[in-house]
Amino acid sequence: MKVELTVNGKDITADVEDRTLLVHFLRDVADLTATNIGCDTTSCGACTVLLDGESVKSCTVLAAQADGRAVTTLEGLASDAGEMHPVQRAFHEEHGLQCGYCTPGMVMAIVSLLKENPSPTETEVRQGLEGNICRCTGYHNIVRAALAAAASSGEGASR
Amino acid sequence: MSILGTRVIRTEDPRLLTSGGVYVDDLREPDLTGAVRATFVRSTVAHALITGIDTSAALEAPGVVAVFTAADMTDLPTPPPPEPLPDDAPPPEGPNPMGGVWQEPLLAVDRVRFVGEPVAIVLTDGTYAGEDAAELVSVDYDILPAVPSIEAALADESLLFPGAGTNVCVRGGRPIGDDSAFDQCEVVVEGDVVNQRVAALPMEGRATAAVFKGGKLTVWTSTQNAQLARLIFTAVGLPPDAIRVVAPDVGGGFGAKIGVDREQIVVAWAAKRTGRPVRWVETRNENLMAMTQGRAQLHHIKIGGDREGHIKAYRLDVVQDSGAYSRMGGFLPMLTNLMAPGVYDIPVVEADYKAVVTNGTPIAAYRGAGRPEAAATIERVVDWYAAEAGVDPALVRRLNFISKDQFPFVTKTGAPYDTGDYEAALDKVLAAAGYDQLRAEQRRRRAAGETRLLGIGLASYVEITAADGAAGETAKVEVHDDGTATVYTGSSAHGQGHHTAYAMLVQDELGIPMDKIEVLHGDTDLIPEGVGTYASRSLQLGGSAVHKAAIEVKEEAARKAAELFEAAETDVVLDAATGTWHIAGDPDKSLSWGQVAAAGDAGLIVANVRFTADRPTFPFGTQLSLVEVDVETGKVTLLRRVTADDAGPVLNPLLFEGQRHGGIAQGAAQALVEEILYDADGNPLTATLMDYGAITAAELPSFELLTSETATTVNPLGVKGIGEAGTIGATPAVHNAVIDAVSHLGVRHIDMPMTPERVWTAIQKASEK
Repeated sequence: MKVELTVNGKDITADVEDRTLLVHFLRDVADLTATNIGCDTTSCGACTVLLDGESVKSCTVLAAQADGRAVTTLEGLASDAGEMHPVQRAFHEEHGLQCGYCTPGMVMAIVSLLKENPSPTETEVRQGLEGNICRCTGYHNIVRAALAAAASSGEGASR
Repeated sequence: MSILGTRVIRTEDPRLLTSGGVYVDDLREPDLTGAVRATFVRSTVAHALITGIDTSAALEAPGVVAVFTAADMTDLPTPPPPEPLPDDAPPPEGPNPMGGVWQEPLLAVDRVRFVGEPVAIVLTDGTYAGEDAAELVSVDYDILPAVPSIEAALADESLLFPGAGTNVCVRGGRPIGDDSAFDQCEVVVEGDVVNQRVAALPMEGRATAAVFKGGKLTVWTSTQNAQLARLIFTAVGLPPDAIRVVAPDVGGGFGAKIGVDREQIVVAWAAKRTGRPVRWVETRNENLMAMTQGRAQLHHIKIGGDREGHIKAYRLDVVQDSGAYSRMGGFLPMLTNLMAPGVYDIPVVEADYKAVVTNGTPIAAYRGAGRPEAAATIERVVDWYAAEAGVDPALVRRLNFISKDQFPFVTKTGAPYDTGDYEAALDKVLAAAGYDQLRAEQRRRRAAGETRLLGIGLASYVEITAADGAAGETAKVEVHDDGTATVYTGSSAHGQGHHTAYAMLVQDELGIPMDKIEVLHGDTDLIPEGVGTYASRSLQLGGSAVHKAAIEVKEEAARKAAELFEAAETDVVLDAATGTWHIAGDPDKSLSWGQVAAAGDAGLIVANVRFTADRPTFPFGTQLSLVEVDVETGKVTLLRRVTADDAGPVLNPLLFEGQRHGGIAQGAAQALVEEILYDADGNPLTATLMDYGAITAAELPSFELLTSETATTVNPLGVKGIGEAGTIGATPAVHNAVIDAVSHLGVRHIDMPMTPERVWTAIQKASEK
C-alpha cells in the first residue's frame, strides 16, 4: 500500500507491505537509523518517536496508521544550524547515556514529557519514563538530564 | 593542572545524541548492499530427539534464498568423536566451552536441549519474509523428559548427554570436611540460598553481518572483543588472517557479548557458503531464550560463630546450573569459591562446587560472573547469623573485617587481596546514611504498629577484577605530523566511555588536546592483537597500556626534539599544558608536536605496548539500602541507596559514577524483580519484556554516592575496576534490607527476587510459627 509521511519535515511517499511497522518505515524506507528496536512488545521504548508531536512506540504503530501525519525522530531534533535540543544537550552534560541504544527513544520520550509537563518533579520524571528501559545508566543521570533540560528551558527553573 | 580526576563530558556523545549510534543493524556499508536477512528456526521444545527436518515448504516461500540445517554444513571439519571422561578428570579451569562428550553443535544435529536452540537458518530478502518462511520449516521431535532445574539434573534420571552418563559436568573446590569447626560455635545457621537465573539483557541484542569476498570474510558483530571473536569465527573453516572482525557501536554487553555465539558463527558461515552478504539481528524474544544468561547457582551454606558476633567457620557448597551447554566449564563457580569469604577474616572456610547441565539457556558471564554470587551469599548469611545471634549487622561486619594493616592478605580460599580499608568504607556509609537515626525510626514504626516498616540492608563487599591480568591489553599510540594523535586499543567500548578516558590519559601525558586525539577499537585489520572489555579490566589494563605507550611516544619525541634543537636530550622538555617542546630555560624556542612528529619515521612517532599485570585487583566497598516494606501486601519500595565503592584513584568521576549507577540498578533489579523462569517441561515463561522484569526509573531512587580511593600497586595508574562492583554490592544490600524490615517477625531468609507475593508469604509463614 502507498503511505505518505512527513518525517522530520520532509515528505516521504512509499509503497510498503500492509504490515510494515512505522519503525521499519523509518529505518528502511526513510533510512533514519537512530530509532532502535529493543523489544517488539511496546515494553522498552527504544523506538519512541513523536507522531504529530506526541510520543508513540513506533514498533507498535503501522506505517499505515501514520499515513498523512508528521513524525519526528532523534535526527530531527537539533536546529537547522545543528544546535542540539535542550534535552540532547542535557544528556551530554549530565552523562545521561552510555551505550546509546535506548538514548534516541529516551530523548524523544523526555521531549514529549516536558511538553506535557514543563517543570516536573523527580517523581514525575521517573513515572513518566516507566515505559523506557535503560540497562546502562540506572536512570540516575537520565532523570538528572530531564530535570536539567526542564530547568534550562526556563519554565522549570522555579521548581 | 592534570586533566586526570576531573569531570570531562564524553567525546562519544554528540554523535550518539544527534544521529544515533551505528549498531550492526544500522550499517550501510557498500559491501552489505543487498544483504539477505537471516532468521533462525529454533527448538520449540526443551528436550527431544530430532527425527526429521523438512525444509521443502520453506524453500518454496516468497523471498527465500536458502535454508540450511546441520546436514548442510558438510564443508566444516567434523568435531572429534565424543569420548567419555574418566571419573577422575580434573575440572576445566578456564572459561572454555566443554568439548568431547559435552560438545555444543553450531546447529542442532540429532537432539535439542533447550527451547530456543537453533535448528536451521533461513535466508530471505525483505524485512518480514524470514519469520514467515521459518514457520514453514517442519521439525519432528521425539520428546524426552525435561531437566528444567538443578534438582532434576542432580537426580540424573533424564540425561542431556547420555554419553557422559551424568548431568554433572564439572566438580571442583575444596572438599567439604567434617563439622568439627561448627561444633565449637554457639550460633550456627544452615540453609539454602538461591542466586536465581537472570538475563544479561543488553538493549541491543545479538547481531552480526557478514560478507565473504575475494577469499576474505568480514564480520561486523556486536561483541565485547573483536579479536577473540575472530578466533572463534575460524570455526567457519578459515584461518584468522582470512577474517576481519569489526565491532561497530555495541548496545551494551554485560558479559553476554564476550566473544560470539553459535548463531553468529552460522551467519558468517552462511555468507561464506552463499557468497551473499548476510545480516542477522535477533528479536528480544530470541534474546531472552538464546543469549547466554547469568547467575543460576544454588548455594548450601553453613555459618557459625559466638554470641558476640565473631564468625568462626563458613562453608559454601555451590551447584552451578550451566544450562544446556557448559560454555564456561567450572569457571563461574570456581570464582564463587575463590571469593566465598568476602571481606572477612574467618578462621575456617570451606567451599566446593559442581556444575550441572539442564534444559535451559546456556549460562555464561553476566556482570560480575561468579563474584556477585559469592558476595550475595556471604553478605546475606552474615545478616542471617547476626539476626540469630542478636547482634547488629554493622557490628558483626566490623568485628570480622580483614583489617587494613593485614594487606596484602591471602584468604582461606586463596584470593590474594591487594589493598583495602573495609572499615573506612563502612564508616562512611553509616555516617552518610544516618544509620543510628534509621534504626531509631525503624524501632519507632515497629513499636507504633505501623504497616509500612523500614528495612536497612548492608553489604560490605570485595571483588576481583582483571583476574586475567597476565593476558594484559594492547595499545598503540601515534602522533602525526599535523599534531593529532591516534590511539589503537585492544579494549572494546560498549558504553563505558573508553574514548573519553583514553584520550584523557594521552592528553595528560603528551599535552595534545583531547579534540585532536582519535581513539579506535574493535577492528582486527587495524588492531590484530587485543583482549577486550570484560571483568572490569579496561582502565587498569587497557588504560595502563595507553598510558605506557604515551610515555614511550614522549621518550621517542624527546630524542627527535633534541636532534631538531641540536641539544642534549636531557635538556629537552615537554610543556604538557601547551603541548609544545622546549629547551629547558629557553621558552622562546619551541617545537610543536607536529614538527617533532614530522621528524619521525614516515612522519609519525609511534609506540606499541602490551601491558600485563601479574596480579588481579580487588575493589571493595559498602553499600546501604533503605527500603519500606508494606507488611499487608508484601510490596517493597526502595527508598535510598548510599554507597562507597572504592576502586582506587578516579580518572573521570563522570564515568566512574555512571558505572556505579548502572551497576547498582542491575544489582537491585536482581534482588527485587528479575528472574528467568521455566515450567516443569522446560518452557521459558519469561521470553519477552512483557514477562521478564526489567527494572524501570519508577522503581528506583536517585543514588547517594560517596568517595573512597584506595590505590593499588598492581598497575601504574593505581586503579582497580569499577564496572561490576556496583552490581556486586547492590544485590545483597537490597536483599538484606527487605529481610531486615521483617526480621522482628521471625523472617530469616527470602529468596530473590523478593516479589510482593514472596515477601507476604514469608511474613505469613513466620507468624504461623
